Amino acid sequence: MTLRQHFLATAALVALATPAFAIDLEFYFPVAVGGKPAETVQALTDAYMAANPDVKISAIYTGSYADTTTKAITAAQGGNPPQLLISLSTDMYTFIDGDLIAPFDDFITAEDRANWIGGFYPSFLMNSQTEGKTWGIPFQRSTPVLYWNKAAFAAAGLDPEKAPTTWAEMVEMGKKLTLKDANGNVTQYGVHIPSSGFPSWLWTGIVAGNGGILANDNGTEVYFNTPEAIGALEAMVALSKTDGVMAPGILEWGGTPKTFFEGQAAMIWTTTGNLTNVRANAPFDFGVGFLPGLKQPGAPTGGGNFYLMKGNNEAELKAAVDFVKWATAPAQAGDWTKATGYVAPRADIWESDSMKAYVADFPQAAVARDQLQFAVAELSTFEGPKVTQILNSALEAAITGQKTPKEALDSAQADADAILKAYR
Amino acid sequence: MRREWIHGWLLILPAFVFLLAFTHIPAVQTLIDSFWSTPRGRRPTQFVGFENYKRMMADPIFAKAMVNSAIYAAITIPASVGLSLAMALFVHRPFRGVGLMRMAYFTPTVLPLIAVANIWLFFYAPGFGLIDQVRGLFGLPSVNLIGQPETALYALSAVTVWKEAGFFMIFYLAALQTIPQPLREAAAIEGCRPWTFFRRVTWPLIMPTTLFVSVNAVVNAFRMVDHVFVMTRGGPDNASQLLLYYIYEVGFRFWDTAYASALTIVLVVILSIVGIGQFFAADRRVHYR
Repeated sequence: MTLRQHFLATAALVALATPAFAIDLEFYFPVAVGGKPAETVQALTDAYMAANPDVKISAIYTGSYADTTTKAITAAQGGNPPQLLISLSTDMYTFIDGDLIAPFDDFITAEDRANWIGGFYPSFLMNSQTEGKTWGIPFQRSTPVLYWNKAAFAAAGLDPEKAPTTWAEMVEMGKKLTLKDANGNVTQYGVHIPSSGFPSWLWTGIVAGNGGILANDNGTEVYFNTPEAIGALEAMVALSKTDGVMAPGILEWGGTPKTFFEGQAAMIWTTTGNLTNVRANAPFDFGVGFLPGLKQPGAPTGGGNFYLMKGNNEAELKAAVDFVKWATAPAQAGDWTKATGYVAPRADIWESDSMKAYVADFPQAAVARDQLQFAVAELSTFEGPKVTQILNSALEAAITGQKTPKEALDSAQADADAILKAYR
Repeated sequence: MRREWIHGWLLILPAFVFLLAFTHIPAVQTLIDSFWSTPRGRRPTQFVGFENYKRMMADPIFAKAMVNSAIYAAITIPASVGLSLAMALFVHRPFRGVGLMRMAYFTPTVLPLIAVANIWLFFYAPGFGLIDQVRGLFGLPSVNLIGQPETALYALSAVTVWKEAGFFMIFYLAALQTIPQPLREAAAIEGCRPWTFFRRVTWPLIMPTTLFVSVNAVVNAFRMVDHVFVMTRGGPDNASQLLLYYIYEVGFRFWDTAYASALTIVLVVILSIVGIGQFFAADRRVHYR
């Protein structure tokens, strides 16, 4: 045997010995919160591959949500889209508009449609379905909640076990919780609602609490200047302007937990994604409650969905759907919730024994789930990023006192209408 | 003769290929794209002529970004160049701990701008931030510097100056060390005051460095926007919107690539005019040896 033949024979043997993977899947995922979600995703795909040796999934970390959407769109333009990705639920219309994603309905049976898709909380499906089809499967979903400092409540003579349930109560308690030093400078504010970057998200919750919604189910109409919306913005602006219970100006998202730990604010509004962080770092007892509403409880949902990308063959997409089904089953999704703080998106996950034990030990985790019955869709439309940016700029203009709430929202409505006209 | 030509071309070929592939072809492609509409999944691209440029003229955010970029450049360029020269003159003399001092001035340069922005985010944080804690010592109220439209752009400019000055200082320091000692001695014998020496000897001799540094400062004034991502994202209400950040937003968040191409052309034209103009205008006053 010549050396060359020897080499070829060895190569052939190696090729035979390696198990032939029938299907290769690429899976893009973002990381948007602290903790160890990246390792958890890797562990999830490894476990799936161990159980299904004919499928190979490469889980590819692609940065933030925005980066992930950017990379997926770029990959599709380059003719090499991943089969599966997780990105913002609000990017649904962007993907549909670009003809980039396939609905899950094409790959599942009628029974799956009823039992599997039907098992998700309806408020999470609002940002996942349109035109009668399911384009996204809720997975790393969150919702904002109110965190309150029990020690500060007790010091102000309030019942530390009782959070405000209405907006008026929040303002009233906030006034008692706002402390000043000898020079008249505020040392502790009553409440802190972050507004940097994407003020529209929390504001959606205030609007919902005032009985309003911001967009229709087809992503073609927005309702920015309804009386409910204007009233919600007026109430938010009033917190620092007339009530004096919140710091003026745009408040940073990133600094919000720190503001809470440092005792600069006695109540904060922020995502459940911070639950694990606050639990580990708050030097005082804290409570978690529903967002207090002007008329009723109300909150937005947020976070990411699974999407299937077009430009892949049917067998691959079927395999991808199979993985998604497995990942959202109680055992896997429960571990995911415990590792990250994301809200488990199905009732059957919460009913599993391991989740019941988790909630018994950490009852705050269940607040977000219970709030879901009052939750509305996060703002999502065609040309979503642009429309949302218009709204964000308007909210910032009102919060910083450049415009009145009505002026800001009227002009945002006009600008958004000009963009959405093409889609009606 | 011919052989030399071929050799010459072969030598520059590797660099030339990369320059062509990553600079020139994309620039030309961007120019072409700026005359077409953005393709959407359901609507293909079509030729629209100057439509994107007309839209730009009517776009209030573009106007705001242009004004902001001009203010940003007008602050950061003279401030960072002036500060770097002052720092270089200060650490040029020998004194105890000069090495430590130089290192302290240079440190901001080695940090990534994203990290710097995160540090400054906490300096600026209302309530518990460094600036507010210092203000608190004097009984002043808390101030939200990056959260209000009046100060957001200036707060960003301060970060840029802090970051850039140390880098430029190194060039000035190197230039100062090339000034021959006999000149200094001769000036001392003539009874020349330090300020006259600086104006008549030092400043003309470091002019080439000033040109280099100021070209860099101008380019950076349009190019360094990393901290905008971390600190303000162009807000509040576009108060800190800069041209390059706006291009990113339009191109990669709104996916309006055609309009982003047109905006990019504007940026390229501005930078070319400024860069070329600077070389011609400064050329007469710069003495290379």
